[in-house]
Amino acid sequence: MSFFKVEQLGIRFGGVVAVNDVSFEVNRGEVFTIIGPNGAGKTTIFNLVGLIYPPTSGRIEFEGRELTGMAPHRVAEFGIARTFQNIELFEHASVLQNLLIGRHRHRATSLWQELLFLPSVRRREIEAREAVEKVIDFLELAKYRDSLVAGLPYGVRKVVELGRALATEPKLLLLDEPSSGLNPEETDDMAFWIEDIKKLLGITVLMVEHDMNLVSRVSDRVLALNMGEVIAEGTAAEVQSHPAVIEAYLGGAVK
Amino acid sequence: MRFIFKTAYLQDIRLFQHRGQVFWYGLLGLALLAAPWWASEYFMSQLHFICIYSIVGFGLMMLVGFTGQISLGHAAFLAVGAYTEALLQAAGVPFVVSIACAAAFSASVGVIVGLPALRLKGIYLAISTLAFNVIIEEIATRWESLTGGSGGKHVSAVSLFGWKLESDSEFYYLCLALTVLCCLACINLLRSPTGRAFVAIRDSEISASCMGVNLAKYKTLSFALSAALTGIGGALYAHKISFISPEQFTLLASIELVTIVIIGGVGFLHGAVLGAAFIIVLPQLISIAKDYLPSAVATTGLQGVVFGLVLIGLILFEPMGLYGRWLKIRTYFELFPFYRRGMFRRQKSYMKSERLR
Ligand SMILES: Nc1ncnc2c1ncn2[C@@H]1O[C@H](COP(=O)(O)OP(=O)(O)OP(=O)(O)O)[C@@H](O)[C@H]1O
Ligand SMILES: [Mg+2]
Repeated sequence: MSFFKVEQLGIRFGGVVAVNDVSFEVNRGEVFTIIGPNGAGKTTIFNLVGLIYPPTSGRIEFEGRELTGMAPHRVAEFGIARTFQNIELFEHASVLQNLLIGRHRHRATSLWQELLFLPSVRRREIEAREAVEKVIDFLELAKYRDSLVAGLPYGVRKVVELGRALATEPKLLLLDEPSSGLNPEETDDMAFWIEDIKKLLGITVLMVEHDMNLVSRVSDRVLALNMGEVIAEGTAAEVQSHPAVIEAYLGGAVK
Repeated sequence: MRFIFKTAYLQDIRLFQHRGQVFWYGLLGLALLAAPWWASEYFMSQLHFICIYSIVGFGLMMLVGFTGQISLGHAAFLAVGAYTEALLQAAGVPFVVSIACAAAFSASVGVIVGLPALRLKGIYLAISTLAFNVIIEEIATRWESLTGGSGGKHVSAVSLFGWKLESDSEFYYLCLALTVLCCLACINLLRSPTGRAFVAIRDSEISASCMGVNLAKYKTLSFALSAALTGIGGALYAHKISFISPEQFTLLASIELVTIVIIGGVGFLHGAVLGAAFIIVLPQLISIAKDYLPSAVATTGLQGVVFGLVLIGLILFEPMGLYGRWLKIRTYFELFPFYRRGMFRRQKSYMKSERLR
């Protein structure tokens, strides 16, 4: 049984075939990267995995169970978390609250218990904070803990979003362009974190990324996509030197 | 300047963050408990209304301020609560049971009204709740055998365990106790997972759902909760006014209820109380002012004009409402002389995407 598997996945928006017949498998414990030029359909694949769009064809399997056709919030319950290309944080809440919402799938108290704030709720709250505090330590977010997200610089928001995904304690982490908009130092930090997420936390990472330095540094395997179709798969070096990939990025040879 | 050092998780969770808060809320509590001794009969009556509207304000705040849904039909829940209470009391049901029924029935109506919210957003949701208000108003007018139609219905004083709460101060303590209980329930919810799920839905539905928040469940819950609180407010309102008729629960009343949260400050529970106090006190101030104004200005329309101006002014200059203004003043003194003008301005996020691409 494979860890995460996508089979002949396809979706069309009206006349646009955004993703067509894409199949790949992600093994437990690896960093798997999807690359491709703008509009290749990378984010759309994430949205399909997140069940935000129903696929027109194909299936998605996680730990032997089929995801397709379920309600979107179930995906998190299975242990899949994601970040967004354009950052989708809870803007008017503090960093701490954002991360605590990441703990939502671990909640175990009922509405009535919460209305009365029984000791059991208090205990669970403290546990949630302990878990979140580990993430804050890991990503060095301590000094922003109580700041509102709306006032934070872009680079920090990117890290907060990663933290929120980690707070869910996922088995599979989807990162949509983790380095976009970051400066070289921040990108370097991001690379370290991705390596640590894989090695220390043992979380499998499925990532979309444009920065080829970052890609070759952290990825175990790379999949190249163009116009919604798979054009190459292999190690970072193999994919980078693949003729179809070069053509997709640089255009066909001038005749 | 106050620095709060965090040394335990409980510090964030407990009701009062520091001694100063215990002191000031304690003082406020004492003043409110002693109200029958210092307040005039007239002022007591205003306090009744402030309590009742605060409860309704809490309900609306949970829905509008924390879950980010809009409702222009909350007067209908007020009506549901009021009529349920009136009918059950007439049938001899004890108050504790009847008010619980008012809350529960209002909540179940809230679930139904919340259904469109699963698909509609913003202005469309506003229109659907508005339509609901009209429907309830119509039912209250037409179903004469039950509601007394436009002739209205009389409601007698509350009797609690065989003890008639006829005096102003007795009824006041009942209102105050219920306000505090409702407030505590809201605070408790907001510091638990459910409250955070509401906030998540308000700020980004898409990532809320990615974090495992069941949008349908929590939106419906928020409507139900909001309606339940408004229903409780409605039940007390019926006793306070002692006469209810459909024209008290019109669209205009709904809009007035929404102004509570907007004037008070969207997204703060304090805002509900401040807003409630404001809309109760302002008409009184206006009627006092009328005595001193030239007769051309002191017309019946004056109140509407002033309300409108206050609302527009707040939206333009203080979108965080009265409570937001208070926060700024407090910060100014706490940080004196280091307060900067831009301190509360939030960075605009230009990257905010409409689409998921
Ligand atoms: N909701 C939608 N409705 C219509 N078309 C869409 C939708 N989402 C994506 N598309 C189209 O699908 C194609 C792939 O888009 P996608 O966002 O997946 O690209 P991407 O590979 O993530 O690109 P980028 O590197 O710019 O992020 C594009 O042509 C886009 O216009
Ligand atoms: Mg993309």
